[in-house]
Amino acid sequence: MNGPAQNLLEVSDLTVSFPTATGHTDVVSHLDLTLEKGGALGIVGESGSGKSLTSLAIMGLLPGKARRSGSIRFAGDELTTMSESALRRVRGDRIAMIFQDPLSSLNPYYTVGAQIQEAYRSHRKGVSRRQARQVSIEAMERVHIKDAARRVDDYPHQFSGGMRQRVMIAMALSTEPELLIADEPTTALDVTVQAQILELLEEIRRETGSGLILITHDLAVVSEITDHIVVMRYGECVERGPVEAVFSDPQHAYTRDLLDAVPRIDDDIAALRTPGRAGEAT
Amino acid sequence: MSAPSSSALLEADHLVKEFAVAGTGGLIARPETFRAVDDVSLRVEAGETVALVGESGSGKSTTARLVARLIDATSGSVRFDGHDVTTLNGRDLHDFRSEVQVVFQDPFSSLNPRHTVERIITAPLRYQGRKPPGGSRAFTQNLMERVGLDPMQWERFPAQFSGGQAQRIGIARALAVAPRLVICDEAVSALDVSVQAQVINLLRRLQAEEGFSYLFIAHDLAVVRQIATRVAVMSAGRIVEEGDRDAVFDNPQHEYTRALLSAVPRIRPEWETARRERAAERAALAAQSIER
Repeated sequence: MNGPAQNLLEVSDLTVSFPTATGHTDVVSHLDLTLEKGGALGIVGESGSGKSLTSLAIMGLLPGKARRSGSIRFAGDELTTMSESALRRVRGDRIAMIFQDPLSSLNPYYTVGAQIQEAYRSHRKGVSRRQARQVSIEAMERVHIKDAARRVDDYPHQFSGGMRQRVMIAMALSTEPELLIADEPTTALDVTVQAQILELLEEIRRETGSGLILITHDLAVVSEITDHIVVMRYGECVERGPVEAVFSDPQHAYTRDLLDAVPRIDDDIAALRTPGRAGEAT
Repeated sequence: MSAPSSSALLEADHLVKEFAVAGTGGLIARPETFRAVDDVSLRVEAGETVALVGESGSGKSTTARLVARLIDATSGSVRFDGHDVTTLNGRDLHDFRSEVQVVFQDPFSSLNPRHTVERIITAPLRYQGRKPPGGSRAFTQNLMERVGLDPMQWERFPAQFSGGQAQRIGIARALAVAPRLVICDEAVSALDVSVQAQVINLLRRLQAEEGFSYLFIAHDLAVVRQIATRVAVMSAGRIVEEGDRDAVFDNPQHEYTRALLSAVPRIRPEWETARRERAAERAALAAQSIER
């Protein structure tokens, strides 16, 4: 157990397909991913690239009609053949996930503290309510929610968008996961709040040594906080590598087009270069 | 009071918009108001693009709706082409609508799903009781062509188009009345990056061809840099800084503008330089091989 054991996550030949009128359509096809312990991997792509379905496939959260094949090894254990009860001990505990819209992920009828405690106690049987409450306050403090001991009893609507995302991250962190999967975690947030959340994700990785998979359409965001990236299109990986290599010397034409199309804040481009596909004249 | 005081196409003066909000205290609560736009003054000259930037809740979209006369101001005035339009109604408001058009963020929710492209694009004219010059079909096809759509698809419905194409329909509809001011409210925010670049290029090209002005509402500063001639930064209902685009981006004066600009994620400049050098090398190699 040397080489492969170094990796926190190894996805190989992952294919996800949905039934159609005439058979099956692959929405993710033959995808390989590797994440080292404590590493940060960015998965980038435009809508329909299959990036979000990839994360759901890893978590075993695909909708019922979807078919999944290939291998997903997490810390040496194969997730695809694991029993549902064993999987539950991994999901939400050792692998946690945060989504784009924190408001739709939180229940408006319960206090944020109650929700963090429920998530925590579902993975830590026999923990008392008092202990769980303490854990939730500590988790909220860790994501820099001021006055956590009081705010733990507030409801989701009493928090701003950025604070709600912090609550989601606190919930994800309560079980001290080895891997955090963040799917467009800052897309719905204002730019100054986005900067704070990205900084928080980096800080958590530095301090806890957990791995991070960041799924986003935003190339500038991945360039700032990940060390390896995978560029996806139509369910396939078109390019992968260390972030510096991909950004400074992209090999695939699609990656080049994508990078050309990103508007730059520090410079105005005479005409934004766009992927030159037939029939899409500007 | 309609004496033209200046050459500005649009002039908003000390605009204030207050909304009623539920006060605390149940039945005996006193009515309270929230000031979404707080003393905003803004000028748009003919042919220029003024970007109104800010974070959510800054009042930028409310300002746009006041200027477009989609909602009424609590106080302040809006002048268009020298005429006070703050309290226009009836026939006069109709005329104003042929001068000022709006393109919204979500192309699908702003297009009627049961109407064909032809019906959508000619709607502003019919609403004003005008006939499309040259006939409805030819008029639609001409506009579709100008915004980069296939003119043969005039009979299709919005759902048969991609997001970028649907936004082009929204732009064609705005142009149908030949407006002098087009207000874009987060018009490219919902689009994928490659599609977004195409639509930004389209907006710039149409302006160069037609000479109209844009009031461009956006939260994405990188997009604004690509399209604006002037920038006004809003925060908590007020304009905190305003100036020529490069002055605001390169030398921001207000603390909030500086915070906003520094928060924008960036690809490292050294990676960008390396990538451009490689692209130039490849282009040079390709040119050589063609020569041979």
